[in-house]
Amino acid sequence: MASFSQFGNDLYTGKRSYNIVGRRRIWYSIAAVLILVVVIVPILRGGFVFGIEFRGGSQFEVSNTTNLNQPFAEHTVTSVVPGANPRVTTIGGHSVRIQTDQLTSDQSANVQDALAKAYNVKRSDVTASFIGATWGQDITQQAVTALIVFVILAAIVMALYFRTWKMSLAALVALMHDLILTAGVYGVFRIEVTPAAVIGFLTILGYSLYDTVVVFDKIRENTGEDGAESRRTFAESVNLAVNQTLVRSINTSVVAILPVGAILFIGAFVLGAGTLRDISLALFIGIIVGTYSTIFIAAPLYAHLRSGEDAIKKRDKRTAAVRQASLANQ
Amino acid sequence: MARTTPVKKALRSLTWLLVIIAGLTAINGAAVLWGQGANKGSWAPKLALDLEGGTEIILAPQVANGAAAPTAEQLNQAVSIIRQRIDASGVSEAEINTQGSQNVVVSIPGIPDKATIQRIESSAKLEFRAVLQSDAAATSTAGSPSATPSPSASPSAPLQSTPSVSPTNGSDDAWVTPALQQQFTDFTCDKVEAANTNVADPKKPLITCDDAGQYKYILGPVEVAGETITDATSGLNSNSQGVSTGQWAVNIVFNATGTREFAAVTTRLNALTGVKNQFAIVLDGRIISAPTTNAVITDGKPQITGSFTQTTAKTLADQLKFGALPIGFKVQSNDAISATLGKSQLQSGLLAGLIGLVLVVVYSLIQYRTLGLLTVASLVIAAVITYLVVILLSWREGYRLSLAGVAGLIVAIGITADSFIVYFERIRDELRDGRALESAVEAGWKRALRTIIASDTVNFMAAAILFILAVGNVKGFALTLGITTIIDLVVVSLFTHPMLQLIARRPFFNEGHRFSGLDPRALGAVYRGRATFRDPVNVSSTKKAAVSREAQKRQTIAERKAAELAAGARQSSSRSKGKDS
Repeated sequence: MASFSQFGNDLYTGKRSYNIVGRRRIWYSIAAVLILVVVIVPILRGGFVFGIEFRGGSQFEVSNTTNLNQPFAEHTVTSVVPGANPRVTTIGGHSVRIQTDQLTSDQSANVQDALAKAYNVKRSDVTASFIGATWGQDITQQAVTALIVFVILAAIVMALYFRTWKMSLAALVALMHDLILTAGVYGVFRIEVTPAAVIGFLTILGYSLYDTVVVFDKIRENTGEDGAESRRTFAESVNLAVNQTLVRSINTSVVAILPVGAILFIGAFVLGAGTLRDISLALFIGIIVGTYSTIFIAAPLYAHLRSGEDAIKKRDKRTAAVRQASLANQ
Repeated sequence: MARTTPVKKALRSLTWLLVIIAGLTAINGAAVLWGQGANKGSWAPKLALDLEGGTEIILAPQVANGAAAPTAEQLNQAVSIIRQRIDASGVSEAEINTQGSQNVVVSIPGIPDKATIQRIESSAKLEFRAVLQSDAAATSTAGSPSATPSPSASPSAPLQSTPSVSPTNGSDDAWVTPALQQQFTDFTCDKVEAANTNVADPKKPLITCDDAGQYKYILGPVEVAGETITDATSGLNSNSQGVSTGQWAVNIVFNATGTREFAAVTTRLNALTGVKNQFAIVLDGRIISAPTTNAVITDGKPQITGSFTQTTAKTLADQLKFGALPIGFKVQSNDAISATLGKSQLQSGLLAGLIGLVLVVVYSLIQYRTLGLLTVASLVIAAVITYLVVILLSWREGYRLSLAGVAGLIVAIGITADSFIVYFERIRDELRDGRALESAVEAGWKRALRTIIASDTVNFMAAAILFILAVGNVKGFALTLGITTIIDLVVVSLFTHPMLQLIARRPFFNEGHRFSGLDPRALGAVYRGRATFRDPVNVSSTKKAAVSREAQKRQTIAERKAAELAAGARQSSSRSKGKDS
């Protein structure tokens, strides 16, 4: 990995530099297109697919069985309650989950008996759950409240820490970008939205900003107190900071995504549907998008926001003049 | 001196870390050794139902449109009533909590039988029965807002369990068979729960006690059901002139059926005397009030007066209005998870954690060579502290680790390792500037700590807000995330940094061995012969404004040339090449 640290060195000294801030129009356009896609496609395809926690319904789980045949499960349920509209998923190698429309408690008990008999398992291995339609909505409502409170508080804290509200704004725009895109992936691919997915979604809040704060700290350092003497334009200072923290960004994101990927893998392939998969999928998408947006949205946007300031304009003008002069000198 | 200070500091930090770990271990050890009953500690965290198997029932309050949400007080009252009901059903280890500011969550290990679920779900049964016998004197009276009482008398019967004469009304002593009389004599108030008075047949007489468990009563069959009450309020009583008497009263409003039934009861009772003049308001099999009747109430708006305080009047009014629960509840979800599934989920969660940890370790070793080992050690320390905190929380706060919580812990591995990366990269930056390792560690730490604190603050804030505002699973997840964020800060400052201070003095690292992960040559620092590096460029490290100025030194080649040219142009004399301005 010597080459990777060489890569880091080059980025640090400026030997190698990616003009990220300068090409901000490209990144803005990409973001705009992506957001448009994730908004329009789900609308065309009929919106989000919500889990049983949002729709309400009954759910049965048969454990200790090796018979994972889906039609068999469906048939068993419909033979007791025709029109129950069963949907069967397997969980791990030994459990079957059947979700149906809301059943009465008598129907539910009958289905439980029938499943135990059909699968030849103990009655205690067949669990019946009932979920009211408001359960998921309650969770979502609180999630939205949490989101708003968090955004307001985070904006204040960052504005205080960085001593400029423009960093706050840039970080929050990037955060919104992350949230919209992550939610969008659920909409575009019609992945079921469950409360666990909402949890994962909320965790992106912390992570996305965490990543941005690390990079912004470096930007502030580079563009800091030296304003008047700098021989670089403001945007160039920002760009240098982004390049210098690139290796760090890559490393932290890889390290953050490895455990999440492990949960996603186990959740999706070993357990099947469930809490682990739902939490980690949202996080997985969120971390990737979050790292991207810090570099390609937050930093360029910050430079953009500051570019209109008189002091910055003056400084950039002077830098340009100095360069002009030096060129003339040559 | 200057050389030993960092070492001293490092050792002090490590000692503190040791104290923290030993302290946590000791507290928990004490809890395990000397804790009693439910308060006993354990070396393993308690598991939530999704990992242990069990049933979780979420009850949501029923609030009329536009009505205010239930108060915390009402919710707590509801929780204690539901707890009594479950305890009465013999289910042990049930947990009843409020969730968020709204819901009541009942967690029961295993799969409860139907009766238990019904007992929890049923909102309380409120009923009015006539009093047949009692060993108490009435303390309250019922009448229409301005009315006066009047009295009368009654008989008795033999030792058989079915009435010899068919009782003609709810106050007929024919109800009191000799068997029932014997039962009443033997009855004590501590038997109320065992007698299952809350599921008593409404068509038969009932022996029960008042709410305080002081007096026992024989009551007639149910004459008016609680459902017929449309409203109940408390307020100060006023006399016929509308002047307040300063006496608290409970006002009830019946619907048409209730009005008719209540009129019939009061017509009969009003003509009787002694205890038979009283009717009992029975909630879940216990008498909450047994007022005397002092008027025939035909308008369906009785008023109960007596030795009420503002609070007791309000409580009674609430109880009458909502059943035993201060608020009506509806089952929002009833989630059952078999023990088998719980176990397999826990195993999968742990497996995922292990895979994640191994991946992080491998990546750290590749990226940071031997330094990666420090990451591994730090993660282990963080894991130990986290584990101790989690078991302490499940001991003190009844915290239960759920699948979402496990996911939170795994995600935290990455976030914790992030801090080490931020720190290591900082040190590398300092090395690139030509600092010697020991001073690079100190300088890098100063900058890194700021960044780590800032980013951890953001993370912690997210966790705290989620914890306060969210419910159930989200709460468990947020809690683990918040805890690990704090632990991250503790470990990086009390373990990773001091360790690095110490190992920075080892030749292996100090001389920048190829596999140390801190090799200045690999990091592009300018090397000038044996163990001598380029001086920290232009005293930047000595000046206060240094840090920001350093930024100026890191510039693109084009920039540097331009700058040099500019400098040359300005001085318009000597063009000093090859020197950093």
